[in-house]
Amino acid sequence: METTGSSGQPERIVAIPLRHPVRNVVAVVIILIVVLFVVDAAFFRPAYDWPAVGKYIFDVRVSQAALVTIELTVLAMVGAIVLGTLLAVMRLSPNPVLKSVAWAYLWIFRGTPVYVQLVFWGLLATIYKTISVGVPFSSDVLFSWTTQDAISVFWLAVIGLALNEAAYMAEIVRAGMLSVDPGQSEASTALGMSWSQTMRRIIIPQSMRVIIPPTGNEVISMLKTTSLVTAVPLSTDLYTRTRDISAETFNPIPLLIVASIWYLFFTSLLMVGQYFLERRFARGSRFVDVGPGQENPTVLVGATPTAPVEAQPGTSTEGRSS
Amino acid sequence: MTEPLASTPMVIADRVVKSFGSHTVLKDISLTVNRGEVVCVIGPSGSGKSTFLRCINHLEKLDGGRLTVDGELIGYRQRGDKIYELKPKEAAAQRKDIGMVFQRFNLFPHLTVLENIMEAPLQVKRQSRAAASARALELLARVGLAEKAKAYPASLSGGQQQRVAIARALAMDPKLMLFDEPTSALDPELVGEVLDVMKQLAKDGMTMIVVTHEMGFAREVADSLVFMDGGVVVERGDPREVLTNPQQDRTKAFLSKVL
Repeated sequence: METTGSSGQPERIVAIPLRHPVRNVVAVVIILIVVLFVVDAAFFRPAYDWPAVGKYIFDVRVSQAALVTIELTVLAMVGAIVLGTLLAVMRLSPNPVLKSVAWAYLWIFRGTPVYVQLVFWGLLATIYKTISVGVPFSSDVLFSWTTQDAISVFWLAVIGLALNEAAYMAEIVRAGMLSVDPGQSEASTALGMSWSQTMRRIIIPQSMRVIIPPTGNEVISMLKTTSLVTAVPLSTDLYTRTRDISAETFNPIPLLIVASIWYLFFTSLLMVGQYFLERRFARGSRFVDVGPGQENPTVLVGATPTAPVEAQPGTSTEGRSS
Repeated sequence: MTEPLASTPMVIADRVVKSFGSHTVLKDISLTVNRGEVVCVIGPSGSGKSTFLRCINHLEKLDGGRLTVDGELIGYRQRGDKIYELKPKEAAAQRKDIGMVFQRFNLFPHLTVLENIMEAPLQVKRQSRAAASARALELLARVGLAEKAKAYPASLSGGQQQRVAIARALAMDPKLMLFDEPTSALDPELVGEVLDVMKQLAKDGMTMIVVTHEMGFAREVADSLVFMDGGVVVERGDPREVLTNPQQDRTKAFLSKVL
C-alpha cells in the first residue's frame, strides 16, 4: 500500500447536499392551509367578532381578573411545593406512621377530581359553621369565628388548589429524592449525620435539578386549573370574569378568545422563566462548576451552550479542574 | 459497662451473622483488631467482606453474634441478658467515631471540597465554622490537596476525590477507619496516590480495616491479612506468610488466580 503524499492538507469533500423535495411540498401545503384559515377567520366569520376582542382585551375588569388568576397560581403553587416536599419526606421516612399518613393523603387528593374538591371547599362553611379555639377536654372557648368570616372565598380557592396540587408535587419531589445516588445518604450516615440532617443538607439540595423541570410544568398546569375556581364559587378569576361579561353581552366567542390570549401570554412568560431556571440548575452537573464567591465568570460562558456532561465518578478528569 | 482499657482490642467481632432475606452473607465471623493495627481483608466478590465492614459501623444490622468497637456494643445495648436496639440518635453517635471510605468516594457533589470536609464537624460536632475550616484545610494539606479547597468534586480526578473522602472521614477524628475497596474504582495510574495517603495514616498509628485487592499494599502495610470466603474467615495471619505460604486450599486457589 502506498501512503499518501505529505503535500499539504487532505482533500476536502465537496458533495451536493441531499435534497428533500417531499418535505418542501408538505411545508407549502401546511402554510397554505394555515393562511387560508387565518384569512377566513379574519374576514369571513363574523362570530369571532374581532373588534369586540380588541375592545375587551385591555378592559380593566379583564386585566384585574388576570391579576387574580396570577395570584391564585402563585399562592397555590407556593403552598403545594411546601406541603408536597413535606409529604415526600414523610413518604420516604423510616417512620411507618408518617409514611401511611402521606400515602393516605395522596390517595384521597390525587384520587378525586380537583373540581369536586373545590366544590367541597366552597361548602366548608356549611359543614363547619364555626372555627373555635378552646381548652381541650373542657367547654371553655377562647376564640371563635364563623367560618364564612374567617376564610374568604379567595383563600378557600387557594387552599383547594394547593392541597390538590401538593399530592402531585409530593410525587415529583419524591422522584427527585430517589434520583440521588444512595451512596450519598450512606456517606452522610457513616459520618454520624442524622436522617433529618441527611435529608436537609445532602438529599434535597441535590434533588433540585430533577425537581425543577416538572415543577415548571405544574405551574403552567396550575395557571389553567385556576379556571375551575368558579366551583368554589370564586368569580373574580380570568375565565369566570370573561364568562360573566359575555353573559351580559350575549357574545361569548370574542371573550373566550380574550381569555385564551391572556392565558397564552402568561404560559409563554412561564415557559421563558422555566427555560432559564432549567439552564441554571443544569449548571451544577458540569465539570466547570462556578460556585458562589468565584471570581471567574468567563468559565461559565464556555460551559453553557452544550448539553450537560455528567461527571462519572471514577473516570479520570485530570486537568479539568478550575 | 466496663471502662475500655488501652489494652482492650479496638474491634471484637464474636460469631457475627448477617443475612439478607434467606441469603446468609456472613455465616460466622470472629475477628479481633487491636489498637493501631492495620488489617487487610481479601477474598472473592460476594465473600461478605464489604458487608462485614458495613456491620462494624452499623450501616447493616447484625442478625447474630456480638460486635464491639472500643469496648462498646455496636447497634445494641445490653442490660442484663436482654438486648435493646439503639435509638437512631445513639447509633449515629457511635458512627461519628468510625470513619468510612467508600469504593465510589461518595463525595457530596453540590458542596466544594472544603465544605465536604466541614459538613459533619459543623452538623454533628457543632464545631464553629472557623475551627472546622482550619481543621479541614490542615487535613487537605495532609492529603496533598490544599489548593483544591474551593473546587467541586466533579472537577477532581478519581484519586483526588478519594483523598478528599479520606480527609472528610478524618475530620471527625475517628478512632477507627474502615476502607471499602478504596482503590477499586480508580484508573491504575491513580491508585498510588491514594495508597500513599493510607500508608501515612497507618504509620501515624490509625487503626484500620481495609477491604482491598491491592496485594502489594497488604504485604507492605498490613499487620495482619484476613482471607474471607463464603461468609467465613478462612485464614488469618502475617500478610507475607499468608501470601507466600497459604495454609488453606481455598486460599491457595484464590491467590493463584490473583497473584
